[in-house]
Amino acid sequence: MHIVIIGNGIAGITTARHIRKQSDHQITVISGESDYFYSRPALMYIYMGHMEQSHTEPYERSFWEKNRIQLKRAWVSKVEPQAKLITFKDGSSMDYDTLVLATGSQSNFFNWPGQDLKGVQGLVNLQDLAQMEANTKDVKQAVIVGGGLIGIEMAEMLRTRHIAVRFLVRETHYWGNILRREEGLLVGRHMAEHHVQLDTETQLKEIVGDEQGRVKAVITDKGEAIPCQFVGITAGVHPNIDLAKASQLETKRGILVNQFLETKDPHIYAVGDCAEITDEQGNHRVEQLWYTGRMQGEALAKTICGARTAYNRGVWFNSAKFFDIEYHTYGQLLAQVPDWERSFYREHANGKQCIRLVYRADDQVLTGMNAFGIRYRHQVFERWLQEKRTLGYVFEHLEEANFDPEFFRRFEEQMVHQYNRMDPNQPPIKLRKKRRWFLGVGA
Amino acid sequence: MDQSLQLVGEHPPLPLATKASAAAASLAALGFVVMVLSPNPPASLGWICLAVLIVSVLVSLRPILSEPAGIKNHYIMSASSTRRGVAAWAMGVFMTGFYVLLYFYPATLRNLIVWVDPIKIAISGESAIGSDGSVSQWFLYGFLYTVAVLVMGVRAIAKYRHSRYQIIRTLSVMFFQLGFAFLIPNIMLALNQPYYEWTNIWPLRYYEMFPSEVTHLANSGTVGITMLAWGIGSILIITPVLTYFFGKRWYCSWVCGCGGLAETLGDPFRQNSSKTLASWKLERWLIYSVLVFVFVTTGMLWANHLWGFLGSASGSFAKAYGFLIGAIFSGVIGTGFYPIFGSRVWCRFGCPMAAILGIIQRFFSRFRITTNGGQCISCGNCSTYCEMGIDVRWYAQRGQDIVRASCVGCGVCSSVCPRGVLHLETGPTSTRRMVV
Repeated sequence: MHIVIIGNGIAGITTARHIRKQSDHQITVISGESDYFYSRPALMYIYMGHMEQSHTEPYERSFWEKNRIQLKRAWVSKVEPQAKLITFKDGSSMDYDTLVLATGSQSNFFNWPGQDLKGVQGLVNLQDLAQMEANTKDVKQAVIVGGGLIGIEMAEMLRTRHIAVRFLVRETHYWGNILRREEGLLVGRHMAEHHVQLDTETQLKEIVGDEQGRVKAVITDKGEAIPCQFVGITAGVHPNIDLAKASQLETKRGILVNQFLETKDPHIYAVGDCAEITDEQGNHRVEQLWYTGRMQGEALAKTICGARTAYNRGVWFNSAKFFDIEYHTYGQLLAQVPDWERSFYREHANGKQCIRLVYRADDQVLTGMNAFGIRYRHQVFERWLQEKRTLGYVFEHLEEANFDPEFFRRFEEQMVHQYNRMDPNQPPIKLRKKRRWFLGVGA
Repeated sequence: MDQSLQLVGEHPPLPLATKASAAAASLAALGFVVMVLSPNPPASLGWICLAVLIVSVLVSLRPILSEPAGIKNHYIMSASSTRRGVAAWAMGVFMTGFYVLLYFYPATLRNLIVWVDPIKIAISGESAIGSDGSVSQWFLYGFLYTVAVLVMGVRAIAKYRHSRYQIIRTLSVMFFQLGFAFLIPNIMLALNQPYYEWTNIWPLRYYEMFPSEVTHLANSGTVGITMLAWGIGSILIITPVLTYFFGKRWYCSWVCGCGGLAETLGDPFRQNSSKTLASWKLERWLIYSVLVFVFVTTGMLWANHLWGFLGSASGSFAKAYGFLIGAIFSGVIGTGFYPIFGSRVWCRFGCPMAAILGIIQRFFSRFRITTNGGQCISCGNCSTYCEMGIDVRWYAQRGQDIVRASCVGCGVCSSVCPRGVLHLETGPTSTRRMVV
């Protein structure tokens, strides 16, 4: 069986690797973007000179031949499902028995006037990065539009080149559709420390160019004209479904698949950012994370190799880094507060570290957590969330979940103290200290 | 657009202070060359050059300190000095040249030896210049080595100041270099005791267990006997016990002088270590060969010493070891090529002490680097900045603990990880997740 995978990002490559682990099928991975799989979240580090592109490739280049995964560098123009045929932009073609679409995401552009000017761009792939390298040459001022993860990464990238950054976000604080106010303000303060000017409740109205067709300013909905020579558009991403549409596959926001990542065509699957999954309850969702792409790829490989497996993402988790502040989240913690939910929030006096635990009001069961500037263990929080542990239990055992390096200052004691003051009628909880084995080093 | 292009961020213009300090440091290096070549240079030239070098390092900290604490490896990959450019080769040639003179033509460094001799006399009570005009280069080497560890240690602390692990670890190597490798041995000399580097354990300090050294210590009274007992206890008791509890890092990145220099002077070059499978293979062949070499050499010397049947063969072995391993490998290549091959060439490919520590760490230690569930994004920062050339990401992305003989536990993978995935931990040996 010849399995062709279009897209060599994390979803496509994970699918390929796991099919190889489980079978001897012929595997071809096609990419127009890059010769080799690289880590997309690491794009920023290439620009900032922390790594060269080859450093961001998770496998040595000999890996693919050794594992009989054939790589093909080409853009696909169309798929003919009846003929099971792929046609490339250069006119050549390829047969398949099974096709996996892993075409990823594209930046959202909301038809702003001037969005096609030189110096205006998003950032999701290597071509964007090369363009950003060219576009930011000799630039003094930049504006970033849309406040999410790529936006703040772009701000960090630009600041390493000493470019002044204005960051326009629609909400009252940074990443307002995900983060609650306290966390958003914490990140906002840290951005200010890095000389990024955050303009909250501000939207882009128009991008203005000069005679050469290059951006010279943006105009906000407040009527302010901000001079700039570079505009980063980071108002989210959407599934890249151009190829699926051209091939008459069923699409909505993304390529429609069931929880087995199967399309209506029994020989075609979609995986990763480009897939719109309909679950058993009939809910549609598009997941555009590194981790979900990887987990979807693992599930799909099993299905293709004969063990039909539903994609089940398990307890939600994610992480990011906002300049110097790391972020971990486990479980469900949404920007909008559900009425059944209560929240515990503690911020360290330095204003750079905080934790939020949310729980059900009625039985105190933990439902989600956010941590900024403190590392917490994925496995431990996942277990607590699955076992429906109460807030009291979590606080008692919180040190077990701490993942900060040795000698780092610990704040769990203070958190427990604050928890105990919440309800003076309850017997106070005592933090269980880790066994110290030898010279203070933990067991 | 050429899409096969190897992208790397273009270096923004350097701040004036950085340019000026680089220029000043080059001039100071040139000053030392002048000093070596002049017939009779004033000692003040040496002090001026040294002061300029130190100040230029401190000035280069300004950009680091002007930003909030955190990992700022900006444009390391596009800077000539840190990515094998002209500046790196110039530094490599300079340092290698220094090592060649130091080991094989010490008389050429006479002016420098004379320059630091007042300090030697002040600390150890003796001069490096013999009454017959012969010179000993080792105090000069120890002095420059210690200055390098201290000054570049300050730089490392500034760079990693967001991490208490890194601060404390760096202070530890500075402390052991200054106290146990430099001051105490020289002060012991002043007290008419044998010169003994307390933290330099056999087989790193290979001649420590050679019959000549052992008999010398055994005949040097109680203090000599104590030193001998300390040396034997270090390798037979302290090393296995501490390595069991903490991993080899207790020595390699907290105490050892070679490690101390690598973590301070070598830190700017750590990304240049090779991460290929081929170099891992080479590493295992080389390091265990050196281990065998040092055992055979020591054994032969003792056999000859006790029974006299090997004649001059054992002596030639010892000479060969001293030349090939002691001088060429650990010095000229190991340190001289920092800017080209990274900071741990000797520790990774050559050091027999590291080989022993590594075997203990791999099979009998509570140490491991754990990975935080599924949070790895395979970005590659950990592997890139691993000075030992370990492909840390390979383990992290599959959620496997990193248990490798070569890991010196510097903790930089954990520091540079943008997703908080890596954690240096100790726990029961059986809980190390080595298969997933």
